Parts: sequence; C-alpha cells; structure tokens
Amino acid sequence: MKSMKWIVNNRLNTIYILIAAFLILLPFVYESRNMLILLTQIFVFAILAMSYDLLLGFTGIVSFGHAMFFGIGAYSIGIFMKRFEPTMLHFIYAVGATILITAIVSFIVGLLTLRLKSHFYAMLTMALAGLFLVLAEKWRTLTFGNDGFTFRVPEVFIDRTNFYLICLAAMIATFMILKRFTNSPLGRVLQAIRENEQRTESLGYQVLHYKIAASVVSGVLAGIAGIFYAMSLRYVNTSVFAMDITLDALLMTIIGGVGTLVGAIIGAGLIEFAHDGLTELAKEHWIFERWIIFFGIIYILVVIFFPLGIVGTLKNFTWRRKKQHPVKKKENLAG
Amino acid sequence: MSVLLKLNNIETFIGQYHILQGVSLEVKKGEVTVLLGRNGAGKTTTLRTIMALNPASKGSVVFRDQEIQNLPTYTIAQRGIGYVPEDQGIFAGLTVEENMKVAMQKDNEETHKRLDYILNLFPDLKKFWKKPGGLLSGGQKQMLSIARAYVNENELLLIDEPSKGLAPIVVEKVMESILQMKEQTTIVLVEQNFMMASTIGDCFYIIDDGRTVSNGTMKQLKEDEEMKRKYLGIA
Repeated sequence: MKSMKWIVNNRLNTIYILIAAFLILLPFVYESRNMLILLTQIFVFAILAMSYDLLLGFTGIVSFGHAMFFGIGAYSIGIFMKRFEPTMLHFIYAVGATILITAIVSFIVGLLTLRLKSHFYAMLTMALAGLFLVLAEKWRTLTFGNDGFTFRVPEVFIDRTNFYLICLAAMIATFMILKRFTNSPLGRVLQAIRENEQRTESLGYQVLHYKIAASVVSGVLAGIAGIFYAMSLRYVNTSVFAMDITLDALLMTIIGGVGTLVGAIIGAGLIEFAHDGLTELAKEHWIFERWIIFFGIIYILVVIFFPLGIVGTLKNFTWRRKKQHPVKKKENLAG
Repeated sequence: MSVLLKLNNIETFIGQYHILQGVSLEVKKGEVTVLLGRNGAGKTTTLRTIMALNPASKGSVVFRDQEIQNLPTYTIAQRGIGYVPEDQGIFAGLTVEENMKVAMQKDNEETHKRLDYILNLFPDLKKFWKKPGGLLSGGQKQMLSIARAYVNENELLLIDEPSKGLAPIVVEKVMESILQMKEQTTIVLVEQNFMMASTIGDCFYIIDDGRTVSNGTMKQLKEDEEMKRKYLGIA
C-alpha cells in the first residue's frame, strides 16, 4: 500500500518504471533483430555516458581519455574469453580484472592530477588512452594488433534476447546505483566541489579524496560498459581506445543534459539512433554517405537550441512554468 | 580573556603581488574583532590567509596555541574555524537543505540543535528549504552563508563583509543575527559599514596597505575622529 502511494506520488518514477517495463516486454512483442542490437548498443553506451556524467556533470571533471577505461573492459573480456574457455567463471574473472585494473588506473591518474586544475586530468587521461592504444597495437601476441580478434561468449549471453535483457538490467542497475550515489552525502559533496571547490574545502572536506572517489567509480563503470560492448560484437580491436568513444560519451552527456543521469541515457539513445538512421539513409541518396557532416549539424543545432541539454532545458521550462503559475501548497519545512 | 587567534607579522603574496606586508593581530575569546580599512587594504586577504586559501609566506597564525599556517584549508576548518566569504560561496545548484547538509561536519544532536536555532534565526531559509541556493535573493544567500558556518560548533567565525550589496532592512536583520551569535562564539568581522561594525564590534584593527596600523576598543575608535577620517574616510 505504502509503495503504491509512493508510485502515485512520484510521477517521474512512475514514468521510469513504465519505460523499463516497455523495454523489458519489447523483444517479446516486436521481433526485429536490428532493433534489438541497436537498443543493446544504446544500453551499453548509456552506461558509459552515465559514468562520464558522474565526472563531468556531478564533479566538474573533464576527461579526454574515458575510452581508456572502456577499452580496458573490452580487452579484459576479449582476452579472458579467447585464452580460456568461455564460461561464466571466466566471465566473472574478466569482470574482476576490469574492476581491478580500471580502479587502479583511475586512482593513480586521479592522485597525480586531481590536486591540480581540471585540464591536467583531461590531458593525462588523453595521453594514457593513447598509450593503451599503442600498447594494444604493439602487443600483438596478446591483442592481435589493429586487426583485433573474435571470441566466444558464455552460453547465457549467446541468445540476443537474453543479452538484450542483461544489458538493460545492467543499465537500470547503473542508473539506480548512481542515483543513490549522487544523492548520498558523498554525492552532495561532489556536487559542492563542482560548484565551488575552494568553498567546499573551507567547509572541512579534503576535496582530493572525493574527486578520486568519483574518478574511480566512473572508471570502473566505463570498464563495465566496455565489457558489454565487446560482448555485443564478440570482437575487439584497438578502436575501443579511440578518441571517438570519449567524444561520443561527452556528446551524449552534453546533449542529454549534464548532471542528470537520465540525460545521459537519452543522449545515448539519440546519438545511436541518429548514427543508425543517417547510415541507413546513405542507401537512399549518395549525399548521406557523408553522414558525419549531418551528424555535426545535428550536434550544433542541439547545442544552440538546448544549451542545457534536453533534460536540463525541460527542467528549466518546467521551473519557469511553475514560477509563472505558482501552485499554492504547504511547503515541506525543515525542523 | 584568553587569546584564541594570533597573527604574527603575516606576509602574503597573491601571484606576484605582495598583498599583506605585516599583519599582526590578536582575537580574544568571546569578542567580536572588526577589521577595518579602505578597499584593497588587505582585510579579505587576511581572512583568506587564516583559512590558508592564500597561504602566508612569512609569519605565523596561532589558533588555540597551535601554529596553523602550514595546515591545509580543510584541516583548519575541521579544527573549528568557520568562514563566510565575501561572495557568500553558495552552492547555487544545491538546495538550501543540501547546502546546509554539506556544511554539517557532524550529524549529532548538538548539530541538529544548532540547525533548529539557525532556522529560527533565519526563517527565510526554512521557507525556501527545498529551493536551489541560486534562486535566493542576495540577503537570503548571505543568511545561508552565515548559517552554514554557524551550524558546526566552530570556536571562531570569520565573516567577510556580510552587509555588502544588501538593502538596509536586510543589513539590520543580518546584524541582529550576528549579535545573537556573538553570545555563543568568537567572531572576526570584516566590515565597511561603520555603523554595523561599531554596533557589533568589541575591538578593532585597522589595516592599511597590507599592514595593521592601529587597534583598540571600538569605544576608542568611535571617539577618535582623526583616525576615522584618516583611515576610514568618515567625516
């Protein structure tokens, strides 16, 4: 009874639950392999974009090398599945290795740069992503260089519908964990750091520790996104370390609305749909072969008309409407 | 009365500029010490140096008989110095509630008592409890800024120009609240509004060109027309 009341009282949560229910039922009522693959990609990139949003939107840290963590995850699963039997045990080992490596790397990068200004973090992550890219190219015995390699996945992940549902569950879990994380006392301190670092320090917080915590959580989640990405393709090559991946995460976050989490999911959906739609249009007319130009135009238009991102603009619009037509109600007061 | 804070010949650089060139002062426990002086004299830098936001290059800052000039800002805050900056330093994207919760170093009965006390002192904060800090008026932001510093059991509050840019009626309200706080904590106040400073303050230090040039009780300053004209431009 209490939970029903909560659902009724919380319109936004009800919408989230309805969308989740729709996405769970979708593969059973609409059979389209392409749509299933596309949505799976969206869920994977939504995890990546949310991890980026934790850094940019909630802590104010810009990273130009987020692909490094994504790539570590992708190669970890690829190598484990290729070198050993594709079993659940080895999948768990790969997840463990990803968490360990991404946590160590993000901790070291954070420790070295986050006491300085934000752009040092951006530059060092970019340099390290480049380093990992070169490593993946040159360590051919392990990575097969630029060509990459295919691998098999555990049985439970073979069925596309199963994999779709697992990725959806991972995205929902990431959203809920990050929502809880950002609403916790630690999350509030991160937002305070984003707003005014010096002021947060003068309230008694050792800012560096909090920034490193955000960097580690974000890095680990990006690594997990990389695992699912490689598993969706059952193939990995050096492109997982490319700058494009980081730029996509950045644009998904900006277009959706920074510091909102749900905006990152919407951004991932829009970009993946636009990417897919524009590529398809190339079959209709040769001009769409240059789809990247149209992609650029869409970015520019969105940034001009939605400077706060889609979710940010909607929030702003709702707030203005409330201000113009205030509803008199008893305030929930403190004390 | 015991000395809570002591600055010994402090010198501070901001970039290449030598801002403080010898500031010495003593803050006695339970008193309100007012720093006065012209714009650009070094009053704000003095407060920032105490908090190590602009660390001192020479001299010492002694708080409760311990040197703190080499400590990081967060440790100084944890040791019991609250700071209300000139620009209020509100977290605009956080609600009033979140601003207060971030500021609360402990989540115990005493802190909640102080929170109740401060919300009674500033009922506007109660009214806008769930609103983002950025939507508050200048006066409300100032109240929030003071409330954040006061909610912890700080032994010393550094308050930088609380009347700046506020309407006279709001200044009165802020002044009243500081007078109430004065009963429970020691305060160092930077203030240009002489009426406010002289009402709240027990003693004063005048800073000019980065040096302390005069000090005494507020009563002495009120009677010294020459000093007021020379350093504060009050005829």
